[in-house]
Amino acid sequence: MTDSASPGFPHRHLLGIEGLQPPDITYLLDLADSYVEQNRQVDKKKSVLRGRTQVNLFFEASTRTSTSFELAGKRLGADVINMAVQRSSVSKGETLIDTAMTLNAMHPDVLVVRHQDSGAVQLLARKVSCAVINAGDGAHEHPTQALLDALTIRRRRGRLEGQIVAICGDILHSRVARSNIHLLNIMGARVRVIGPPTLMPRAIDELGVEVHHDMRSGLEGVDIVMMLRLQMERMQGAYVPSLREYFHLYGLDQAKLALAKPDALIMHPGPMNRGVEIDSLVADDINRSVIREQVEMGVAVRMACLEALTHHLPNVGPAQ
Amino acid sequence: MKRPANPGAEKGKLVAYLNARLLDPATGLDTPGALLTVGEQIADLGPRLFADGVPSGVETVDCGGHCLSPGLIDMHAFVGEPGAEHKESFASASHAAAAGGITTLICLPNTDPPIDEAAIVEYVERRARENSVVRVQPMAAITKALKGEEMTEMGLLVEAGAVAFTDGDRAVASARVMRRALSYSTLFGKLVIQHAEDPSLARDGVMNEGEVATRLGLAGIPTAAEAMVVERDLRLVALTGARYHVSQVSAADTIEVIRTAKARGLKVTCGTAPHYFMLNENAVNDYRTFAKVSPPLRSEDDRLAVIEAIRDGTIDVIVSGHMPQDVESKRLPFAQAAFGAAGLETMLSVALSLYHSYDFGLNQLLAKMTCGPARLLGLNSRGALRAGAKADFTLFDPEKPWRVDVDKFKGKSKNTPYEGLPLTGRVLMTVVDGLKVYDRNIGA
Repeated sequence: MTDSASPGFPHRHLLGIEGLQPPDITYLLDLADSYVEQNRQVDKKKSVLRGRTQVNLFFEASTRTSTSFELAGKRLGADVINMAVQRSSVSKGETLIDTAMTLNAMHPDVLVVRHQDSGAVQLLARKVSCAVINAGDGAHEHPTQALLDALTIRRRRGRLEGQIVAICGDILHSRVARSNIHLLNIMGARVRVIGPPTLMPRAIDELGVEVHHDMRSGLEGVDIVMMLRLQMERMQGAYVPSLREYFHLYGLDQAKLALAKPDALIMHPGPMNRGVEIDSLVADDINRSVIREQVEMGVAVRMACLEALTHHLPNVGPAQ
Repeated sequence: MKRPANPGAEKGKLVAYLNARLLDPATGLDTPGALLTVGEQIADLGPRLFADGVPSGVETVDCGGHCLSPGLIDMHAFVGEPGAEHKESFASASHAAAAGGITTLICLPNTDPPIDEAAIVEYVERRARENSVVRVQPMAAITKALKGEEMTEMGLLVEAGAVAFTDGDRAVASARVMRRALSYSTLFGKLVIQHAEDPSLARDGVMNEGEVATRLGLAGIPTAAEAMVVERDLRLVALTGARYHVSQVSAADTIEVIRTAKARGLKVTCGTAPHYFMLNENAVNDYRTFAKVSPPLRSEDDRLAVIEAIRDGTIDVIVSGHMPQDVESKRLPFAQAAFGAAGLETMLSVALSLYHSYDFGLNQLLAKMTCGPARLLGLNSRGALRAGAKADFTLFDPEKPWRVDVDKFKGKSKNTPYEGLPLTGRVLMTVVDGLKVYDRNIGA
């Protein structure tokens, strides 16, 4: 990933958290932090990316992430194009590489890519000359989600180091879980993963996490409870017997939450399935739930990532 | 065999191969010496042959002291004819095979249409006869259209020339169908070869299940998917008395199962491909689709277990596992990319890594690619250096270093996981039925 060295963030693309160093992450979080305040002002517009073209290329449906990236780009002054591919071009026989080459010929500066296959964004990044941000690839990584989670935790707790974080739910299919595991480990937090054995990938402990199948023991004494979204199509007997049983064993409710530290924060990458993985009362607990704050941090973090990567683009002048 | 534009094809022609290191794993022969061919056959060989000079009228070839072994027999290669000629044809596959020292190519039936009836066997044999520079013998499907449901006409297929039965890269999943196929096959004494992977357990899996798959977010295939098919099949072998062979073993679990069954006297044999002892699952890092093969590359422990199983005889044969894929099938996100690695041109060189790094004897290693497969397939006139046998042999220099360069590959597809890799040991010349089909010096 590393290309030319530059102050702050020495990478040409942001394809994943794995492989980043603590200063890389701190740099992005600090920069994002500065945007949080600005985003709360009436005039939210900066011109760091003026003249730049950002293309959001989403092969998999997403409203929240693409909106967040769109807003981030626009607030920095970029021209933002949204392309929802949704297999339409693919069904016409165009391959991912063809799509990448076509877009590349239009000279975008930043490509924000989401794809349903693990590794697809990496593959695409090799074929284009612009900066690429991974907005989620299969079950591999979703780096900006992990960064926004980290920013949320850091702003609430002052630091990431030493925090005990429990990630609960469908770890097997979750790119959010993988990116968070990498980031939290890099920054010195302690990570537990909680879920049924059917939703736990093999050898996940080798990624440096403590594995719990009993949610109660897993939540004991944690600082942060990070819930994952359960895809409905994975229920009904395929991985767990029923929604009812899943909520009974792994849904976050007051009783289970009581085992965590009294001031434990509740997080969720959204969109939530209320009553499946999280109880409404818990999700809306204004003292502990930081779910809406995560969304706010998302825009700031994506602005930081866009800005950090544009430092490496050719012809970069003293734009700011 | 009719081979267009091949020099020196005259019947009864005498050629003396001098100054060779003769290696014959069938007899354990390892000696400096010479070999004489008359037409298609080996007439004589030994350390004292031509000690008093070569009579006039005999063409001579100086082997430069290099190793002369029986021609390699590759029991598992996909050739795209019919149906996928853009990936590999008999012409391209056979030149690739010749460059890899392979003189007999046993091709898989998972073509389009599949080799599941006698007419297709005959078609394949004719195409091969007209286009191939090495000997090609087809395997036929176990089940019609490779669907795993109804048995093929094994008797007619054998009469047409099928040397063994397999559903190629598909497992026969139904125990009932497998039992009947094994049972019926005993009429003909041919091997029934299983692709050991339980399809329901492997389903969406694209690589070995474990830490690497977890990190890459790729769906895994557990080693149990391989071992359990073999365990089940061995029950059926005990029931039927058939000759059963596992095409490519990749996992320590499977090896243990086969080792135990052999000790109990069951008629089970198995093969493996060079990538299972040269590479492990880490080759998949960075989503390298050229390392996507079936069965998948396993852990380092599995790799070492494969090497030990070759050494102790649990694994009987080494095959190329040749599965050519074009760029369009591989330049895709990992989960969508096709399985398979080109293997003909690197089989011997990669296998020689066991000689260089794991203390294998040359004959011990060559047995897995010559007399081993010849015995399993009943190819009595091949796989050995013997007066009266077919003049199929391979001349190679086990110490010659080279670097894998796909641009120099003779096969149509370049999907090797070894691109750019330095290897030690290289084929110099390949002779089939007394005819030189590859000569590195002249790049034939």
